[in-house]
Amino acid sequence: MTRALPPQITGWFDSRGWSIHPHQQAMLDRADQPCQLLIAPTGGGKTMAGFLPTLADLADGSHQGLHTLYVSPLKALAADIKRNLTGPITEMGLPIRVEDRTGDTSSHTKRRQRADPPHILLTTPESLALLVSYSDADRIFAGLKRIIVDEIHALAESKRGDQLMLALSRLSTLAPGLRRVGLSATVEDPAAIARILACHPDPCDILQADPGPDPDIAMLTIEAPPPWSGGGGKYAISAVLAEIKKHRTTLIFHNTRAQAELFFHHLWLANDDQLPIGIHHGALAREQREKVEQAMVEGRLRAIVCTGSLDLGIDWGDVDLVIQIGAPKNVKRLVQRIGRANHRYNAPSKALIVPANRFEVIECTAALDAVRAHQLDGDTDHTGPLDVLCQHILIRACAGPFRADELFEEVRQTGAYADLARETFDRCLEFAATGGYALRAYDQWQRLIQGPDGQWQLRDPRRAARIRMNIGTIVDADKMQVRYQKTRGGAPLGEVEEYFAAALRKGDTFLIGGQIVRFEGLREMVVEVSRTPTQKPKIATFMGTKFATSTQLSDRILEMFRQSDWPGLPQHTRDWLALQRKISRLPERDRLLVETFPHDGREHLVAYGFAGRNAQQTLGLLITQRMEGMGLNPMGFVATDYATLIWGLDRLDDPRPLFSRDNLVETMEAWLADNAVMKRTFKGSAIIAGLIERNQPGAARKSGRQATFSTDILYDTLRKYDPGHIMLAITRTEAMRGLVDFGRIEGMLARIAGRIDHVRLPRVSPLAAPLFLEPGRIPIAGMADQRLLEAEAARLMTTAGLVP
Amino acid sequence: MTAHTFIFQGETLLALPSGGLFWPAQRVICVSDLHLGKSDRMARRGGPLLPPYETIATLDRLAQDIAATDPATVICLGDSFDDVTAAETLADAPKDRLSTLMAGRRWVWISGNHDPGPINLGGTHLADYRHGRLVFRHIAAPPATGEVSGHYHPKARLVLRGRRLSRPCFLFDRDRLILPAYGAYTGGLFCDRPALAELMASGAEAILLGTPPIRLPMPR
Repeated sequence: MTRALPPQITGWFDSRGWSIHPHQQAMLDRADQPCQLLIAPTGGGKTMAGFLPTLADLADGSHQGLHTLYVSPLKALAADIKRNLTGPITEMGLPIRVEDRTGDTSSHTKRRQRADPPHILLTTPESLALLVSYSDADRIFAGLKRIIVDEIHALAESKRGDQLMLALSRLSTLAPGLRRVGLSATVEDPAAIARILACHPDPCDILQADPGPDPDIAMLTIEAPPPWSGGGGKYAISAVLAEIKKHRTTLIFHNTRAQAELFFHHLWLANDDQLPIGIHHGALAREQREKVEQAMVEGRLRAIVCTGSLDLGIDWGDVDLVIQIGAPKNVKRLVQRIGRANHRYNAPSKALIVPANRFEVIECTAALDAVRAHQLDGDTDHTGPLDVLCQHILIRACAGPFRADELFEEVRQTGAYADLARETFDRCLEFAATGGYALRAYDQWQRLIQGPDGQWQLRDPRRAARIRMNIGTIVDADKMQVRYQKTRGGAPLGEVEEYFAAALRKGDTFLIGGQIVRFEGLREMVVEVSRTPTQKPKIATFMGTKFATSTQLSDRILEMFRQSDWPGLPQHTRDWLALQRKISRLPERDRLLVETFPHDGREHLVAYGFAGRNAQQTLGLLITQRMEGMGLNPMGFVATDYATLIWGLDRLDDPRPLFSRDNLVETMEAWLADNAVMKRTFKGSAIIAGLIERNQPGAARKSGRQATFSTDILYDTLRKYDPGHIMLAITRTEAMRGLVDFGRIEGMLARIAGRIDHVRLPRVSPLAAPLFLEPGRIPIAGMADQRLLEAEAARLMTTAGLVP
Repeated sequence: MTAHTFIFQGETLLALPSGGLFWPAQRVICVSDLHLGKSDRMARRGGPLLPPYETIATLDRLAQDIAATDPATVICLGDSFDDVTAAETLADAPKDRLSTLMAGRRWVWISGNHDPGPINLGGTHLADYRHGRLVFRHIAAPPATGEVSGHYHPKARLVLRGRRLSRPCFLFDRDRLILPAYGAYTGGLFCDRPALAELMASGAEAILLGTPPIRLPMPR
């Protein structure tokens, strides 16, 4: 059945000489499906396809209150959609009010939106979770008809996505008959996404749009060879500048904020023609971001240096080139970014990749092959994490009393929690209510109590405010605001991680928002800086997110290594691989290459596992643990996506026992329990589950630090006195699939099945050399630590003229 | 026991790995800032429901030190309880545990800023306590000499061949000795912060907790 559009809308299309895309019409025809997933390439008019049924419904002006909720993973995307929706709505003369609501919305506007919601509300998962927690949520959402989840592929495997889907299960109860629409870019496994989106047991229908032409994508040819290590891509500045000049508008993507900052800085130093170039990333202050977005919309910028904050579906119109600096860690992300260029449907997108270092030349080549072969990274099975569920239970309690049975049923409508056992749910509820300890300590202070009618509710309603302050599932390092000093409330520049701020000394200079600033001091958790005429920042800059290379990309690289020569690679990289083959050998997929050599007075071991950064890091922890047991005094290690480098005091003759699978899981469990990765994971989950509060009322942090103590202590205490506690179980599950990535290590060890090639070398091998330049070295707190500490103590005491 | 032996005011003292101080000649053991009942106080004030085991964890540690040193006198140097209510509502199990530890010993509770009031647990309650050449009080009060105090929860941080390390520590100069916090749920104040850096005279030293504890010039 073809559904007709109201005349205002068809007239608008006709007046522009546009016709409705087939998938837009198909979405309109299926507007009554309980759940509909649309897979379409970027630029395919996906958003319009999602909104057309809403516009048609609202055209006669009869609907009162909220009709459609739109959720996107990014604040910027919500703002962008508002612009792109308001224009046509005004031109069509439709009586529709569109507003956005994100962390950036003023509290005044937020209050008004609750009392008088618009027809279409554009928001983010966190803002929605907050809305759902209000006691008037039932009134706000009562008339809700449709919910559109944009860029759902980006949320699918994340805790933000889990939280969003739990919020949706709430909405489906508050507004029976609510229809769900998911908009996704091209993915390998649409059924997996449909399962996440569906309101179980209802099905989710999948609609595939024409994928459009293949992108025009290549490696940027640069005269100079890339450096051996690092991720900045500074060597490519002039080549990139030349490309910017050749195109109308260029987006330049970086994998981390830090790299974006540095690149932007160097770009401007070389920008002799004063081309208008902006920077955009998530750590910048809202005012800064909005300025750049506005300039971009008005076509005043020739280029934007950016990170993932611009990654998702933002329609800037006139972009005709995308440059990716540094290897994309998974192929899906690369395709997404390429989609940014040229939003005209059915015209190929143009993109250039700039490898940031020598190894990335190989990685980029492999990624390009994958794109041409249409092989995207596969999705993994996803079961809903329990820390997010614990938070959801608290959010539910904020909205008012509830029955455990009803909440359990509601939660099980969510794909990721469809198989949740009642017993597990009850443990989470118990945790939310009392802390869930074996020792019953908080009976009189518990958070949730069960009323005489059997309903659960907050013991003290005032606690709702504290819970709301801690809603969210993104647990980064603690952030601190950066502002210009001068007067009270100097202009905000953005944020830096707290540990970065803690290491600053007065007079240090660093980059933020493309400015070099001088650190003046800390005032009440604000980093105060001043302008400085310095040309070169003294402190490199703050950290960004690190992604692991996907299995699929790693396999492609190993496949490439099997070639006898590499005519497709630039000469420098070709020579590098040939030299490695001559001096040592190249890693193979079904074998494990282990090199050992002395360097700088220490023994070194490199294991080329190609298991991705997180798994290689875990491998480093595992192997050093075994080395410690063998008395080899390991001192530390560093991991990249393809190898782990370990250094220590003593020489290793036979690496085989180190990589044996015997007792691997047991060894793993035993030492994992006491390890920094677990403690970091514990902290993240403890914050999400509400065991500890990141934000407290009044933000009253005491000036002296005696009051705060490390979450490591909580972890150790639980392990000793309450080893069966649910937070430990959650931590273990999280670590195994997250930072630890144990599955990939097991997979790798199973694949090599003991086939270990040990090469003893007199010095560093060509492939190992870049590892020495890698940041992120991890020390081993074993006997070597105490030895060094004692030596340092003796040295200091002697220097100070004291006798130890 | 892997303690660190040092001389303060002519007295031979032992810095225990747990953060306790032992004075063998007088058979005195001194511990500071136990903060018993901290998780309970946080829950009572509407804060997070932390694992309620810090009281028992702290008493376990104290029991070990007492068993190893067999002191005649135990001095708790203030902030033994996280607040007065925490002391008054101490559960039976830890209360019994404490009574067992106290039996047959002189037990001195020095009052701190968190627990100024009287405690119904036996022992002697004092604002400060002089024993031989040393005076014990909660917060350092310059220009006193031979003073042993707590309150600040001192910690030291240093960088060793590019690696960062931070541990609770004892601090001492010629006139005063400051103990690290003994309680399980206690954070710390870095000794390079003004409050501590200005309190300690030049030439002050730090003993970092560990097995064994390690002595360094106080990091500033």
